[in-house]
Amino acid sequence: MKMTKFVVLFVCGLMLTSVGVGCRKKPSYLTPLPGQRTQAPGDLTPGDPIGTGGTSGQDVSSTSTGEFGGTPLNPAGTHDGWIENAAALKAQTVYFDFDSSAIKASEQANVAAVADYLKANTAAAVRVEGHCDERGTEGYNEALGSRRALAVREDLIRLGIESGRVDTITYGEQRPAVQGYDESAYRLNRRAEFIVLTPP
Amino acid sequence: MRTLGLALAFLTLASAGRATAQVQIDISKILQPGNTKPLWVSISGLSGEALQVLQFDLYVQGFNFTNQSGAQYIINGTVAGNLTAQATDKINGRTLISRSYTGGTLRRQVHTFADDFVAQLQRKGIAQTKIAFKNDTGANSEIFVSDFDGFSPQAVTKDATIVAAPAWVPGRLAIYYTSYKLKNPDIFYHDLSTGERRIFARYGGSNLSPAVSPDGSKVAMILSKDGWSDLYVGDAGGGNVRRLTKSQEDESSPCWSPDGKWICFADKSKGRRSLSKIPVGGGEIQRLTTGGAPSPTEPDWSPDGNWIAFTSSTRAGFDVWVVPAKGGAATILVGGEDPTWSPNSRTLAYVRRQGGGRVLSLLDVPTKQYKDIARISGSSGSNSQPSWAK
Repeated sequence: MKMTKFVVLFVCGLMLTSVGVGCRKKPSYLTPLPGQRTQAPGDLTPGDPIGTGGTSGQDVSSTSTGEFGGTPLNPAGTHDGWIENAAALKAQTVYFDFDSSAIKASEQANVAAVADYLKANTAAAVRVEGHCDERGTEGYNEALGSRRALAVREDLIRLGIESGRVDTITYGEQRPAVQGYDESAYRLNRRAEFIVLTPP
Repeated sequence: MRTLGLALAFLTLASAGRATAQVQIDISKILQPGNTKPLWVSISGLSGEALQVLQFDLYVQGFNFTNQSGAQYIINGTVAGNLTAQATDKINGRTLISRSYTGGTLRRQVHTFADDFVAQLQRKGIAQTKIAFKNDTGANSEIFVSDFDGFSPQAVTKDATIVAAPAWVPGRLAIYYTSYKLKNPDIFYHDLSTGERRIFARYGGSNLSPAVSPDGSKVAMILSKDGWSDLYVGDAGGGNVRRLTKSQEDESSPCWSPDGKWICFADKSKGRRSLSKIPVGGGEIQRLTTGGAPSPTEPDWSPDGNWIAFTSSTRAGFDVWVVPAKGGAATILVGGEDPTWSPNSRTLAYVRRQGGGRVLSLLDVPTKQYKDIARISGSSGSNSQPSWAK
């Protein structure tokens, strides 16, 4: 009898432990609650009224990959009136895989070259323009172009560029580099372009 | 809605001559999308524009056309300047409607008759509703508003820039949309009756996909101001903007539950696309099951609260599907994308790709009957991103 009780207790303990472990590994789709700390910069200002209360727990960003960032952007129009130069960094255009905003190893040299350019031209800023091929839906592509530009921006920041010098814009599928309805066109349209901005 | 379903079911059964007191009516089966037979109509006395308008109006609401002997409803009309028309139910010989119309255009008179006719079948007509959409001419795009059948298009914007995703304010002649007019994708509010417009959201980065709450007091949207693309909600006037999601994955295409308590959106978590919903005040994200539909996106919640229409994408292209609002097995409806519900929760407007362009089409969900709407005349461009005024 005592033995049975012990076994029951032991099993209960095991269950509790596993439940505890399960709780700690928070699914990434949960919205973080106010007061929760997260690794990602660009956090909510504390006290924003989302959620109904928080418990401490592990960061929701525990599954975040290298390219995930979140450095707040300049207000819109910060570089209005600056002189635009689309040619200077044309060769550094970054290309993406289908439906991805991850920066491929083959493209990292281009991002590094842009960072070097900005380090050598300290007065300049850059606008990263995110584009998509036409295969996604329009609404989806607008957001995908945005994420591509933001992923490149986070890489530039990681390479030491001040966040305020990097603007982003999405053009979705609205501004294809080449016309065409096959992969040879699509791969050239899934891209981030760099527009150098210099003070007027 | 249930009453409506029952009424419809009764009519359908009566027409088949199988109605008995013992028949158990299974509402869920009757409302099963795509499984409903059309109601047969015979039209006589009308020709040209009047006939075309009436046939379009009825076809996209689940009617189809045959001769007098095969029809359940007999419509007889004459046009002598104005429209006079009658509709009778052949089964019981009852005159449903007999009316003369004056004023407006002939199109409008026929639309009004179509609404009067379906009202006799306990249904709310859609023939005098409006849609907003994007007209893309290649270099630029503009927001347009037209009748639900694509006629009488009016340009809302003339900015010669990129626009995206118009969204109606329920019950008002006003829309929100994204425009690049100020060299950034910003969300504008535009009062269509006065022409007045103002900036609603102009944060750094992208301001996309506005969706207005059923009571018009809040707007959900996708912003990237904090360095990543996430779901936000703000007051209709532009204040009190709060971030609802915070993930490295993508969120897009928010829409509202008709009770205003939930925002449904396209989500991706752990590499898998899904539809999800989140309480408007923030909280735990709930994934919706969309059984059978790969890579769901672009949800739109029916005004009666029962269904969520969405786009499913495969390598072959896009299809419009529908799933019960609480999730479950989804039903494929038609090849196309970006569906928006009619105010009576029966018809969908959606986008069909045709050659290199896009056209808008209307789909009667119960019968799966669909027809393209008129494109803007003189435009070889694409029409897309429809929003049906509710």
